[in-house]
Amino acid sequence: MHAHLETQTAFRNGLKTGAVPPGITAVGDVERRFSVYRNTVAHSLTDALCQRFPTVLRLVGDAFFRATAGVFVAENPPQSAILHDYGTAFPEFLAGFPPAATLPYLPDIARIEVLRGQAYHAADALPMTAQSISDALAAGPEERGLTLHPSVRVITSDHPVVAIWAMNQPGATPRPVPPEPQAALMFRLGENIPVVGVTADTAGIVTRLLAGERLGTACADVPPQVASVAIGLLIQHGLIIQVTQT
Amino acid sequence: MTQLPEATGIGFKRTHFEALRQTPNQLGFIEVHAENYMGDGGPTHAQLTALRKDYALSVHGVGLSIGGAEPLNRDHLNRLKHLCDRYAPDSFSEHLAWSSHGGDFLNDLLPLPYDDATLDVVCDHIDQVQDRLGRRMLLENPSTYVTFETSTLAETDFLSQITARTGCGLLLDINNVFVSCTNHRTDPRAYLADFPLHAVGEIHLGGHDAEDLPSGPLLIDAHGSPVADPVWTLYTETIMRIGPRPTLIEWDTDVPALSVLLDEADRADAILKGARHARAS
Amino acid sequence: MTTKTTTLALALIGACVSVTGASAQDMEKCFGISLAGENGCAAGPGTTCAGTSTIDYQGNAWALVPAGTCEDMVIDAAADGEKRMGSLEALERDLPA
Repeated sequence: MHAHLETQTAFRNGLKTGAVPPGITAVGDVERRFSVYRNTVAHSLTDALCQRFPTVLRLVGDAFFRATAGVFVAENPPQSAILHDYGTAFPEFLAGFPPAATLPYLPDIARIEVLRGQAYHAADALPMTAQSISDALAAGPEERGLTLHPSVRVITSDHPVVAIWAMNQPGATPRPVPPEPQAALMFRLGENIPVVGVTADTAGIVTRLLAGERLGTACADVPPQVASVAIGLLIQHGLIIQVTQT
Repeated sequence: MTQLPEATGIGFKRTHFEALRQTPNQLGFIEVHAENYMGDGGPTHAQLTALRKDYALSVHGVGLSIGGAEPLNRDHLNRLKHLCDRYAPDSFSEHLAWSSHGGDFLNDLLPLPYDDATLDVVCDHIDQVQDRLGRRMLLENPSTYVTFETSTLAETDFLSQITARTGCGLLLDINNVFVSCTNHRTDPRAYLADFPLHAVGEIHLGGHDAEDLPSGPLLIDAHGSPVADPVWTLYTETIMRIGPRPTLIEWDTDVPALSVLLDEADRADAILKGARHARAS
Repeated sequence: MTTKTTTLALALIGACVSVTGASAQDMEKCFGISLAGENGCAAGPGTTCAGTSTIDYQGNAWALVPAGTCEDMVIDAAADGEKRMGSLEALERDLPA
């Protein structure tokens, strides 16, 4: 057992450095044959990031992305065998990655891609109808909480990330965008996860509802008609699954 | 150890979902990688739930690290349990390999030395899996590119002892046999002669890449091309010897149209029928 | 307080009533995520060694500049108001001495 662990630690180090670990043999070209493992580890994890962050990839180009992903993979290997969860730390990595500092919006674009992935695999839940929500809130909404669909995600950015994201999807044409803060709501709609631009107020209300705040608190800072727009959007997309007594 | 039909199946790729839904009778079973169905919900589960109604199912894990020196990841084992409870697959299989170390998941099926100590580790891990899942599993022979000086047992011997000690079945990947034996300049027929064929519950067939090195050919288990002719020959010989077994066509990279996979499955099916016929007469 | 309660209640009831079922979402074609991060058991990448030579970005070897569509959508000023020209300049400025 002890020897086995030592062998695997040496093998793991070899995957990092490229040096063939002691005790490894092959019929010849042992370095090339050992490198099949090294290639597979590095390449497959980089490919996983390419699939998970296609918008970031399109923005920075293939060469820059693969090189950047290679550094990330080496420093942040997956901590779970579920690859569709891999890359959650990539946005934060990009934010601290000097060669990407010319694109300050890039980490938030990566966050959108992480959140879309999470929304895609989130649990299933049936929405409440508008009528049943209306009935549940009639007696006094202030003290009620709203449980949102498990796929609901929100991003609030200092950058025009909704516009940048949209114009870097397949078939869309990128063009200059003026700097402005933007926010978006994401949720599962069939097979897709739309990125719906919303106001900062709506994003704030949804964020507070997701944190478990009651409606009276979540909507305290905005006029009622603004709250109405936010809640209306949630109802429209079937994102309220329960009205709770807080 | 497996309830899969003695027929041919393919690895399910999500691009083929609609086509498979419309033609449920062309295949004996489908196989999925367990880790792709460990999310909470959404379209992946919706598709598998729909297909499960029409198809026998094999769940094939790629991330349990049964050959790892470290303890099995309990969370991962629990997720496998949940998945098997949810879909009641006709077979669960994993690999004689390791893929995690020090908390890092390396996303590759890495090789291990074969000796008494590693045999103990692997058998202990298989016992844990079979206890937790409440079912017997199949263990797959790996493709390897290097060997270990410390190995004292042949791979076939190692696998024989595993089945004897744990009661698990084996998933015989004939492409892996051909890849490994070619890489190590050993005879695949000798390997198969030594292999505990009585324990085989499923067979895998897939394509490999080839590269010519000064030291000889390097075959890589790339799963991105048709099954090679020498692998078909080894498959035919094996099936004639042991009779029909559930057989899977694996194609994981550059996935072609469904019809290409069905053609490969048909070819395997004809060999199964031939063996049934020959053994009946 | 009573007035405000009534106002919020009315506004939210209004939100419920105004909904006439999910409208057709503007479904522009966007990158799918159905295949993102799928596990597999294939080895590779065959004959290429690409992907193994990790570039040390703290040394002088990192000469890559973002070169995708970001060039077509330049935002005039970064958050600090300073026009950032290229990654090598950023590298020199941002790295610890």
